[in-house]
Amino acid sequence: MQVDEAPLEKAFDATIGAGDRIEPRDWMPEKYRQTLIRQVAQHAHSEIIGMQPEGNWITRAPSLRRKAVLLAKVQDEAGHGLYLYSATETLGVSRDELTRRLIEGKQKYSSIFNYPTLTYADVGSIGWLVDGAAICNQVPLCRTSYGPYGRAMIRICKEESFHQRQGYELLMTMMRGTDEQRAMVQESVNRFWWPALMMFGPPDGDSPNTAQSMEWGIKRHTNDELRQRFVDMSVPQAEALGVTFPDPELQWNEERGSYDFGEPDWDEFWQVVKGNGPCNTQRIAHRKAAYDDGAWVREAALAFAAKARADEND
Amino acid sequence: MTENQAEWPLYEVFIRSKRGLNHVHVGSLHAPDAELALRHARDVYTRRNEGVSIWVVPSADITASSPQEKDPLFAPSGDKVYRHPTFYDIPSNVPHM
Ligand SMILES: [Fe+2]
Ligand SMILES: [Fe+2]
Repeated sequence: MQVDEAPLEKAFDATIGAGDRIEPRDWMPEKYRQTLIRQVAQHAHSEIIGMQPEGNWITRAPSLRRKAVLLAKVQDEAGHGLYLYSATETLGVSRDELTRRLIEGKQKYSSIFNYPTLTYADVGSIGWLVDGAAICNQVPLCRTSYGPYGRAMIRICKEESFHQRQGYELLMTMMRGTDEQRAMVQESVNRFWWPALMMFGPPDGDSPNTAQSMEWGIKRHTNDELRQRFVDMSVPQAEALGVTFPDPELQWNEERGSYDFGEPDWDEFWQVVKGNGPCNTQRIAHRKAAYDDGAWVREAALAFAAKARADEND
Repeated sequence: MTENQAEWPLYEVFIRSKRGLNHVHVGSLHAPDAELALRHARDVYTRRNEGVSIWVVPSADITASSPQEKDPLFAPSGDKVYRHPTFYDIPSNVPHM
């Protein structure tokens, strides 16, 4: 039977227009659903893959305190991935399907996690700059038009502030140390600054989906707006820390009331997005191995549950 | 990856954040059975003392009103304004009301 979608679409537009939320069982345009699946799944995958670069340092954290903090932070990222997968599933995709799309490279995750963590200072830079950029992106998403996504973002944002502060505090501690430690912080910040700016996505001119996403209330600000906000927030933090950003064009613009800054290397960005970053292969291989190695646990747990049910019925 | 192995069933999670408040829906998760759903819910949804009590319910067991019929379903309460306190005019010199 062919359903007349015109009145449904009118109701949908009215809900969005009134700033109300769309909930899972509401009618929604197929393109809205697909856009959300792509965006929320990509967000979920980023949280899950994002555990790897920092997880790399858990066994080598310099003290028990740092190790406990790092474990808690990485565990939070796992939780963020789970909140977001559960939001994505309300759009009608199964968890297995999402995992498969990630492992087969059909869905993306944030390009930032394809960079390696070469020194312990990178744990600090990630907390400060990568989680900092994520916060800039995520705070407006708490008001996104799709209910389950917005609610997941609220939970996540509550937890992110710890992530950023522990990273910044780690770097502050190193900056109070030896010359060698200070150099290590600066070198780490140099490597992470540009990739952090790229986390906001391509320039507005090269982001064809932004306009529609903003019309639907999925996105609230353009990539360039958020990037600018992040730069403006970060510069005074860098000054307080005593590090510089590797951008000769970075300077205060009195007229705009904002910092001017240079152009990220967008060729590098697209290379990483296309799978040619330093760690793409390794990240996906690791995720696939974890999934495959866990198969027997998932199967055994199901078999155990089935047996318990059978015993109960006897 | 094994294609057709069954996925763990989905559970909805409800949390009472402190005594005196209702359980509130916080999200969902997959688990092989109810007991493990509770344990997973503790790890996923209460890492910072967000709850004093957790309920988990198989998502498949929830009966929901359909969004399409929301108008007829909720219409009966729409014309019963006398259920609200503001329906009644009480002079302002009457205290405690
Ligand atoms: Fe996160
Ligand atoms: Fe985080």
